[in-house]
Amino acid sequence: MLTESEPHYRRPLLPTPFHERSRALSQVDSFIPWAGYTTVDVFTTVEQEYFAIRNAASVYDLTPMVKYRIAGADALRFLSRLVTRDIAKLRPGRVAYCVWCNDAGHLIDDGTVFCLGEGEYRLCTAERQLDWLLDSAVGFDVAISEVTEDVAALALQGPTSYSVLRKAGVAGVELLKPFELGTFILPAAAEAPLMVSRTGFTGDLGYELWMEPKDAERVWDALFEAGRTRGIRPIGSRALNIARIEAGFLLPNVDFVPGEHTVFIGTGRSPLELGLAWLVDFSKGHFTGRRALLAEHGRGSRRRLVGLDVEGTKPAHNALLYAERSLRRQAGSVTSAAWSPTTKRNLALALVDAPHFGTGSTLWAEIYLSRELVWERRVVRARVVERPFFAPERRRATPPGEY
Amino acid sequence: MSRYDSIVIGGGHNGLTCAAYLARAGRSVLVLEAAGRLGGAAVTREFAPGFRVSACAHLLYLMPGSLMAELKLASHGLELPAEGMATIALSADDAHLRVGDGAALAAQSAADAAAWPAWSARLTRLAAALRPVLSTTPPRLAASAWRDRAALLQLGWRLRALGRRDMRELLRIGAMCVQDLLDEHFESPLLKGALAFDAVLGTNYGPRSPGTVFTLLYRLAAAAGEGGGLAQPAGGLGALSEALARAATAAGAEIRTGAAVRRILVRDDRAAGVVLETGEELTARTVVSSADPKTTFLGLLGSEHLDAGFVRRIVHLRSRGLAAKLHVALDAPPQFAGLEPAALRGRLLWAPSPDHIERAYNHAKYGEFSAAPMLEITVPTMADAALAPPGRHVLSVVAQYAPYALCGGWEAGRERFTDLLIDTLSTLAPGLRSQLRHAELLTPADIEREFRITGGHWHHAELALDQFFMLRPVPGVAQYRAPVGGLYLCGAGCHPGGGVMGIAGRNAAREVVREAA
Repeated sequence: MLTESEPHYRRPLLPTPFHERSRALSQVDSFIPWAGYTTVDVFTTVEQEYFAIRNAASVYDLTPMVKYRIAGADALRFLSRLVTRDIAKLRPGRVAYCVWCNDAGHLIDDGTVFCLGEGEYRLCTAERQLDWLLDSAVGFDVAISEVTEDVAALALQGPTSYSVLRKAGVAGVELLKPFELGTFILPAAAEAPLMVSRTGFTGDLGYELWMEPKDAERVWDALFEAGRTRGIRPIGSRALNIARIEAGFLLPNVDFVPGEHTVFIGTGRSPLELGLAWLVDFSKGHFTGRRALLAEHGRGSRRRLVGLDVEGTKPAHNALLYAERSLRRQAGSVTSAAWSPTTKRNLALALVDAPHFGTGSTLWAEIYLSRELVWERRVVRARVVERPFFAPERRRATPPGEY
Repeated sequence: MSRYDSIVIGGGHNGLTCAAYLARAGRSVLVLEAAGRLGGAAVTREFAPGFRVSACAHLLYLMPGSLMAELKLASHGLELPAEGMATIALSADDAHLRVGDGAALAAQSAADAAAWPAWSARLTRLAAALRPVLSTTPPRLAASAWRDRAALLQLGWRLRALGRRDMRELLRIGAMCVQDLLDEHFESPLLKGALAFDAVLGTNYGPRSPGTVFTLLYRLAAAAGEGGGLAQPAGGLGALSEALARAATAAGAEIRTGAAVRRILVRDDRAAGVVLETGEELTARTVVSSADPKTTFLGLLGSEHLDAGFVRRIVHLRSRGLAAKLHVALDAPPQFAGLEPAALRGRLLWAPSPDHIERAYNHAKYGEFSAAPMLEITVPTMADAALAPPGRHVLSVVAQYAPYALCGGWEAGRERFTDLLIDTLSTLAPGLRSQLRHAELLTPADIEREFRITGGHWHHAELALDQFFMLRPVPGVAQYRAPVGGLYLCGAGCHPGGGVMGIAGRNAAREVVREAA
């Protein structure tokens, strides 16, 4: 952590409370910056780590995820005006996935709202939001503070994640349904208190574990000890990215640019365009962006983020999409792409212009690929398909299966 | 069923004007005024037993003659003197200057007297070209409606029609500071002080602040043509409000005083009426607020009905007053050195040089009141003896700079500033202290409290290029229409601003009628 003798500019990236453990397990020394922290991109190989997510248990250091404490008499009213979905019924012990927009109805970010108690919430986001939250707080009796450094977090995801927690002695965790949270004791880590939420970014069975930074290493050690026979493995951002594409989750600055950061006209994206209409509730009362979204709803969206099943095996990174094979008219572009080892499909998320975004529509993707530095262009079929691409039953089963 | 077509919040001059126009268009209108009397900041009230004064605004010169004629204010009791008031720049050595008087100017500087006619003619031309902008609903840049395009084209055409030389000059000087422009034309500090005074009166700027040529042109544009001239209505500014109220009532509007609005009712994302402080609920198809933008949006409507970005713009709206008002009751006519009694019917300016103003402004930048303020002095009882007991007089003085957020607070500063103002006046009118019966100081904080204007700024929102026309009060509401359906603004915070002009009220009424049509 920072000290007065070491000013912040001397160490632009902070280590997370798990850094020493991560560094010890990192075989390729591949670290990347994330929200002011240094985090692991790859520990061993992307493939090995990916298969830990889908076939065993994976541990991902989630600490840099930006966390805000939102509390006060108007906390719920504040959140209702902030996010597009109706969270009036969010009870203590529940989590809601939400998005929020600027005045123009353009998505600023997505995140999860944890209801920790009456009038007490935690908002977890990918990007820093304090200025927007404070501007949104004008007129509300609510206190907002960033608690990112006060909370260390790990994502424990994969089919054996429940077994790992059970083995570590976390009693009662089998009762947690998806989007529920609870506070538990981790006996294997000197009785460290642990907040566990059944949430994640992989679309698989999994949990997110929230703890005090001082307990971080003990919890890490306890998990890896308990998971030794369950294939537990630390993972970096690259492997997670494949899983999140399979699950159909969005990433800011990859699938959309946050609304308040766009400079060019026409580059902001609404939740309706991003396929998140299910998160927008026009009947719940006013929220920021509602009037703009209502207008868009009335006239129809001009484009939509959809899932694509792309012909062949070459990921369609940044590919342009066309309505015809002649490539005469551009009809969109790919924002995220990956070969999906689990579904054995070549997947992509893409922004597609109307009227080509309907499920079943066929587009043509122009893919550039290098064969030993000889660049070629491939034009292949890309079919619009339903998201998520991968949604195993085990992610929902309560109590979870003991794999 | 809504009881009224429109409820107008606030019975100030803009609210009353808007109500009168709406009623004339056949709408059923209810005006709700929180105070016990009408008029808002255009009001005549007693400040010492038997002494009355125009308590906030004290001169009428920006209201268009067309507006006064359309509302038949003369037949509703508004009496204006036949001749406009002179503006007299007071000098420390008693060589006072009547602004616009060529011979007097020549006595001070032959070069200035020679430069004056061309200066005056050019500013008159520029002001005349800009004048129609005031009555135009600002266009929306991003919109593609023909009306917005037509308004932009019209504006462009009007500037083009000025001719190449005037248009070039307008573009050159538009964002300049008034000091530089005055230095280009004149040498007499007294004349420059008087002209700079008008550029910075009622603003948060000094003569060396960029954009003060714009505020000067704005003032000239508003005062140009039609009515023209400075006037003090018989009975003070309150008489204007009474005439407006009679015009509104005659057209069918209902007016209630002592009816403070607690909040604006919103149903299905539309303004549906108001709730009074008493709990009484009144419904209407449209609500038109003449309150300042911060009061309207943050106080009466509430940010929960607005988008966060819009609220941010409203919060950041610059609206802190910098002008104080001093009312003095005198036992005898004041004796200004070197000024004949007839001259006291004029408007006296104490700003002997632009440097005097700039130095006065320096203090305000740091939250202090001016050690040597600039003053606009009128003696309303000279033309209107009924305002005071026989033989006695009233001074009505605007004093700058007196920052809203004074370091140490106004409770501590009030007496010192009042004393300082009386001392300043005494150097100009020796013997004033011995005639003094009572003095009342209205700081911007008092103006905020008495007239319910957030920040106590006359114009509700600072008049500056970045808060003008399409940007006034903030983008998104410059067309008088709030983001919430059925809610309109009609106060000084809208285009074209305050200053007892009434145009904001008239423009807003036009938009309300157009939308409902």
